[in-house]
This record gives sequence, C-alpha cells and structure tokens, in this order.
Amino acid sequence: MKLREYHAPRWSEPIVHELSTMGERGFMPPGAEPEIKEKVGPAEALVPEAMRRRTPPALPELSQIRVLRHYLRLSQMTLGMETGVHIGVGTCTMKYSPKVNEALAAMMADVHPLQPEETMQGVLGMAYEFGDVFLREISGMDAFTYQPPGGSAGCYNNALIMRKYHRDNGEPERDEVVTTIFSHPCDAAAPATAGFKVITLYPDPETGLPSTEALKEAVGPRTAGVFVTNPEDTGIFNKRIDEWTGIVHDAGGLCSYDQANANAILGVTRAREAGFDMLFFNLHKTFSSPHGSSGPGSAAVGVTSDLEEYLPVPVIVKRDGAYHLDYDRPKSIGRVRDFMGNLQVVLRSYAWCLAMGARGLREAAEASMINQQYLAEKVKKIRGVSLPFKGRRLDQARWSLEKLREETGVGVADVNRRIVDYGVQSTFTSHHPWLVPEPFTPEPCETYSKADIDHWCAVLETVCEEAYNDPELVKTAPHRSSNHRVAFDGFDDPERWAMSWRAYKRKRGLD
Amino acid sequence: MDEESFIHPYIPNSVPEIKKEMLRVIGAGDADELYREMIPERLLLEGAMDLPEPMLSELDLRRRVESILSRNKTTEEYVSYLGAGCWRHYVPRVCEEIAGRSEFLTAYSGGGHSDLGRYQANFEFQSLICELLGMEVSGIPTYDWGAAAGNSVRMATRLTGRREVLVPRSVSPARLSIIRNFCDSASGAGRVTVRMIGVDAATGMVDVADLESKVSDGTAAVYFENPNYLGVIEAEAAAISDLAHGVGAECVCGVDPISLGVLAPPADYGVDIACGDAQPLGVHMYAGGGSCGFIASRDEERYVAEYPLRLISLADTAVEGEYGYGQALYERTSYMARENAKDWVGTTTVLWGFVAAVYMSLLGPQGLRELGETILQKSHYAAQALDELEGAAVPYRTFFKEFPVAFDKPVRDVNEALLSHKIFGGKDLSAEYPELGDAALYCVTEMHSLGMIDGLAAALREVLA
Repeated sequence: MKLREYHAPRWSEPIVHELSTMGERGFMPPGAEPEIKEKVGPAEALVPEAMRRRTPPALPELSQIRVLRHYLRLSQMTLGMETGVHIGVGTCTMKYSPKVNEALAAMMADVHPLQPEETMQGVLGMAYEFGDVFLREISGMDAFTYQPPGGSAGCYNNALIMRKYHRDNGEPERDEVVTTIFSHPCDAAAPATAGFKVITLYPDPETGLPSTEALKEAVGPRTAGVFVTNPEDTGIFNKRIDEWTGIVHDAGGLCSYDQANANAILGVTRAREAGFDMLFFNLHKTFSSPHGSSGPGSAAVGVTSDLEEYLPVPVIVKRDGAYHLDYDRPKSIGRVRDFMGNLQVVLRSYAWCLAMGARGLREAAEASMINQQYLAEKVKKIRGVSLPFKGRRLDQARWSLEKLREETGVGVADVNRRIVDYGVQSTFTSHHPWLVPEPFTPEPCETYSKADIDHWCAVLETVCEEAYNDPELVKTAPHRSSNHRVAFDGFDDPERWAMSWRAYKRKRGLD
Repeated sequence: MDEESFIHPYIPNSVPEIKKEMLRVIGAGDADELYREMIPERLLLEGAMDLPEPMLSELDLRRRVESILSRNKTTEEYVSYLGAGCWRHYVPRVCEEIAGRSEFLTAYSGGGHSDLGRYQANFEFQSLICELLGMEVSGIPTYDWGAAAGNSVRMATRLTGRREVLVPRSVSPARLSIIRNFCDSASGAGRVTVRMIGVDAATGMVDVADLESKVSDGTAAVYFENPNYLGVIEAEAAAISDLAHGVGAECVCGVDPISLGVLAPPADYGVDIACGDAQPLGVHMYAGGGSCGFIASRDEERYVAEYPLRLISLADTAVEGEYGYGQALYERTSYMARENAKDWVGTTTVLWGFVAAVYMSLLGPQGLRELGETILQKSHYAAQALDELEGAAVPYRTFFKEFPVAFDKPVRDVNEALLSHKIFGGKDLSAEYPELGDAALYCVTEMHSLGMIDGLAAALREVLA
C-alpha cells in the first residue's frame, strides 16, 4: 500500500505570555450602570483593605484575533480523532462522537443545576430514561448514577459503596480488596484512596489471566470485594468470571465490574449474569461522548437493587410521571461530586443509544470485535511484532515489540514517535508495570473502516521495516510532526521542571 | 429492515460485503462463532436486547431529543440568581469557538508530538491560573472544586503525617460531603477527622478565636474558602494562615478565580495549597457539567511530590529554541504506581481547562479587574436593594458576588412566587444554615442588568407583601 504524504502543522507557536503586547485588549467586560455606581460607590471600597489585589496578575495582553489565532494553531497542532486515525489508542475506545450530539448538548448549556425540578424536566428525564431504558437492559443492573464524572471516579464511587455497605452490616474489618494487574490502575488506586488495602493478582504466563485458585487464596474474612476489568486491558475475557464473583460472594465480599471498555460486549454478555453487584461504564468511551482532550467525561455507575440505597445523592427518580431529585437517602454515601455530574455527557450518550437501538449496539459490538480479529490477522504478520498469551482477544490486544527491540534497537517509544510522521496517532502502550515488554495496544473500534485498518497496519509495517533498514530514522523521529524529539531529562528534577511560565522564566533566568 | 441490510452511518463496516470479506480473512463464519470462542455459552445474552428501534435518521433523532430538552427552562429565559457552586457568567464567543474545535474536542491521550498543541494548552492553563493565584505549580484540572479540595486536604495530611483537618461551617455542604469521603478510610489507621470551625454570626467570616482554640500539633490542614460558600470575603485570611502555620499545619484555601482581578491572590495571605473551580472562566453551566477543579502551590519538591494530578512541564527538544513538553514526577500518578500512588488520576476536565486558558488570555489583567469591579458593584447594589425591602434582610456586608438574603417567609414560597415572574430565586439555605433563618443565597454577576435587579426587587416587594 502506498502511504499518503503527510506533514503535521508546525506553527512554532510561542507560549501565550510571549505574545503579549502591552495595552492590547481581547475582551471588554460590561460596566455597571451609572445608577449602580452612584449608589454603591467605587468597587475598591467594597473589598476589605487587606484583601485587595495590589499587583495585577501577569496575564498576557492580547487582541481578540491574536488569542483566537493562538488557540486555533494549538488546536491544529493536535491530532484529534476526527482528522487522524486513532486505532492505536487502545483501552480508550476512540470512537466517533456524532456531531449532531454537540448541537443537542449545547441546548443545555445555560441550565443551572439548582433550578426548580419542574424547570429541568428535560435533563432529569433524559438522564433517568437513559438508565431505565438503555443501561438497565445493557448491563442488567437496576439503578444508576452519573455523579462520578469519569471512569476512575466511578471506581472510587463503588469503593465508597463497598466501604459503607460493610460498615452498615457490622463488618468494618473488611478492608481488603482484590484486583488483577491487567485491570485498569484505577481499580487499585481508587479503592486505595478510600482506605482499602489492595491485593493484586498476576497472570498465568500462558493464559494471561490470574488463576481462579489465586483468587480463592486471596479472599477471606477481611475481603471487602473485588474490582476487576473484563475483558482485561489485554483484550482477554475471563471465562470464569461468574465463578470469581461466586467466590467473592461466598467470602462475604461485593463485586465491582470495570466496564469502561465494554464496546465489544454490548448486547453480548452482561454484568448481571456474571454475578456483579455494581459496575461502571465510561460514557466517553463505550458510549461515544467525545474525550475532550481528557474530559469532561462521565461514568455511569449501575448497581443491583440491594445497593441502590447507597448511591450518591441526589438520585434522579420518577414519580407520577415527573422526574425528581431525591436527597432523602439515609444510607447514601453522600457525594463524590457537586451537583449531578456531567449531564451534557450523559445526554450525548443517550442520543447515541437512541440512534443505535438494540440492533445498532449489537452491530457496534460485533463490528469492533470483528475489526480486532481482522487487525490481528494483519499485525501478527509484521516483522518484529509478537503477541504474548494465548487465545483470541475481544476488542483490543496487547502486542509486544520486544523482538523488534532486540533485533534493531528500536523500541515502542521510537515507533510511537515515528508513526505520527504518517498522520497516525501514537499508540497506547500499557499501564504500568509493563508485564508485556515494549507493549502497544491498538483498539480498532466500530468507527474504523476496513480501509482505515489496512492503512494503519501498513503504517505500522512500514515503520517496523524502517527499524530493520534504517534504525536511526526511527530513533530520531519525529521528522514530520509539530515539533521534534524532546531532549530533556529534567522532568524529575526540581531545579529544572517548570509547570508554569513564571517558574520557567525564573529557572531559566529570563526575567 | 432485513438482516442483511442494516447499515449504520456510524459503523462503516456494517456493510455486509465488507464484513464478509473480513470474516473470510479471519477464517470465521460469523460473529457468533467468534464470540463463542471467547465467552462461555452460559454468559452469552440470549436474543436481542429489549430496546427501542434505532433512529437512523439524524433529523428524527434531533427532533426527538430537542423535544425532550424543550421541557427545560434555561437561564436565558429566566433571570437566575442561582450560584452556590455553579455560576452564570458571560461566555465570550471565542471561548465557545475553541471549546468546539474538533481537534481539542476529540483528542485524548495521544503522543507529545502529534498532540503538541494539547500539551501546550495544558501548560498554558497551568501558567495562567498560577498568575491569578500567585503560585508556581499547577496541574491538569481535576473534576470540580470538591475533588480539588479533597485532594488538597489529602496532600496536606501526607505532608504533615497528621490526621485532623479543620474546616469552617461556611464551606459548601456539597464540597464538605466530598471532603469527608476523601478523609474517611476503610482502615482505621488511615482515617482523617474533619473538625468544624465556627463562623462569626455578624460577619459570616471564620471565627478566628474558635479556630485558635482548635488548632493543635495534630492539625494537618486548615481548609477555608475565600470568598466562602456564603459569598463572604475572609478579611482576616492572613490570620487564618498564621494560625495554621503556627502549629505546623498546611493552609489550604479554595477560591473563585474570577474574583482574582480585585481580590488578593491566595499566595499573598499565606496559602500553601490553593484550589477552586475554573467554571466561571468562560465555561457554560451545563446543569452542573461545567465544573473544572484546579490545585496549585509553590514550586517546592515536597508539594510537587504529593500531587495526584498530571503535571505538564515545559522542556526542550532536539532543535534549539523549540518547545516540547513532558510530565513531571510521573511516577507519583496512579497510571504508574497503582495503589501506591498519590490518590488517583483519570479523565477529568481538560477541555474546560483550555476554555479557561482562552478566557484568561482574552481578559488579561485589565479585563479581569474591570469585570471584578462590575460584579462587586452590581452585587452590592442588588444586596442594598433587597435589604431595603420590607421582609428581607441581607446579614453580611463583605462579599464578592454571592450573599444570603433572609426573608420573613419560607424560601420555598418566595421562590415559587418568583417563578411566575420568570425569576429563579437564590438557593434555599434554610436546611443547610438554619441559623440564618429563611435565607437564600443570591448570586449577582455581570449578567444582571440594572433593570433585572430592579425587577427582582419589585417582584420581591410583591411576593413579600
């Protein structure tokens, strides 16, 4: 396949502070009316003397067009999923976010979350029906909340439910949770933040999954529950997952299902039948809401009726044909976020589900699963690539470039810098630790056509061939991106890191 | 629609011929056959899900959802005096333009070269918010003010190794609930106690004497807000931080960034860790979905080491004079350290951080000051107008854009009556702060014209009569 010619936009755009021209203005705020000024007097006098700002903030001074141009250029130097192909960015489900949903989300831009319920029936009703009509059927869970504003926050929410549930049952000593190393890091970090001790199960080198015996050994009277991703980050589905939940339940624990990436199993298999008590979906992954450069996203947490009373307040309920916010939930965990979460994200997912219907959701699952099998057929033939662990993967796979590295000295970091020269986004490697050496994790979700996959595989193959023929070309990449290889080893050095322009200027002596 | 002809506009490979060709390459007959290889029969869902038919026509979909959303009233149609953690400020059109940019809207976790602009925009958000706060370090934004406060307080407990946090009653009850959840722990050893500090009834400010009596060598942090949830400016903020520092505790303060053109930056009154919400800086409310928490501190290793957030650092590239970016002390984060990380990090609110960066760049130092002055004058005009009404009283004098109004009627009745005037009255405080009586929290910003405020006073005169 002949690869297209490509060069990323390269604007060499300065830091916004460097663009400042004294006296320029980008925006004029409205003033107070003369009657107001006359009545209340100068603004300064309204602030206690000790609390007045003495030195203006050193914000840049810019005309409106210069601000706009600056941020437009920064946006151009960002390879979004609508312009670039994001097949390589696995565990992230970089699917298409339908544009019409942006127009719909804009309709709720000026709704305040504390408006009287009767003036918010649109957003409340939408959120309720999304759970009641769609998520209930998709997951088998009974009640939902969208208050956790991201996947990891959903995981944290479930850890809080677990904590309170055991306390209420007179078993506060249950302070251990079990997870697996190929579950997303939030499945360990969020329960740890809630004060749980975390036991991590490691995989069998052949199957890629921890053994059921290992789980049996890990649980006991101090087990609060399990937090597990399935299919795991490797794309491997744990076929004994229902046995696992049984083991945890028998030990007195609860089971939380990380369904952030449920893309290939929509309408295929559900949390309910696998025996889970609660789950979270990532609406910005499986349910199409845009990723926003890393949020705002949203979790949708679903729980069984046994745990419904623990959901964070307020819970959106339906009574007599109207939607209400129920705060009167004595067993609730309280709050994990202010208000009701990111309802504009929920709205987009609701609209997406309406567009998909049962058949479309199942088609999305099948297409993403078939795309993965097709991609695997092509990737496994590329020189330097290998696939640890046996068996078919559902939605993504964790591949290794260890062989490439051994044979050419070119590793996955080099490859990731080089493939962007072909207009393809860098791959997601792996969360840590890197049990799979030199990992990369492509996820060709239903958004991508056969032609997209063919192109992506051709880019990867080209770069791997370059590694064999001209390793320096790959190691010194990128060559056609928005800037060049970062040559800086000060990210862990307090004398040299700079998280703000003012710190940078001080450390570089630019003042 | 028959089995073979289901082609969805969002799914290119739903075309049967393509699917057939791909299955041929894979060597499988159909999807079911492949699923059965991966998922045991007993876990496979039988039959189709019981869900509505797909709405393949965009027009049909749009009409359907628009009809649902048309059941909302918005703050465009009603004059709103609601704030309490989500505020209506004017959103410059340039902010909307950048928020809607395809590249920013749909990027996620790409590489530092292919996403150079995303990294730079994050760095600029950090840089600009630091200018407002007088700090030198900030990170990628977090979910909301509550999460930022919770993380900040936990940073302080790790920094000091202490287990008690002092919080005045004037913090938002919702944020307090979030903070309590962050402080609680499944294991007794890790639990942090949240101890409440009184509020001066006359001023609405922290009761400094009460704080003084409660700080001790067990205090990890004093957390307060400025302006606080009740809108009040803490005139004695420096005394609060002195008391915290006197016992070796960290001073943590939540602020409203839009006030910082006219109010002193937290660094000036001794705050060690500042936090807050950037939603006022050009982000629409989205029924609460506009929240965008931030955390900032001095550039000292001990603070930087405790951040849960990703911290974008400016760097050099192989080409002289060219900027590149990377992440400072990345090993701290849960992406690297899992349960040993500093709390957790995830997908948060980066797009809103970009919008806030645009907003700060547009307003500049002068714009932010002028805006702060307008807000101060309008809010004080409104407070005076309401205080003059029979049956209404404004208890506090020192505030920025929000203030409680105590009525001689239940707030519920007042707000219901205001609705017929197409006014959303202030948030009912009577359950949260019974000591204020039948009080509501009013928020007045640059969005409120003289006519609107006078209209509110006239409507209230009628309602309270």
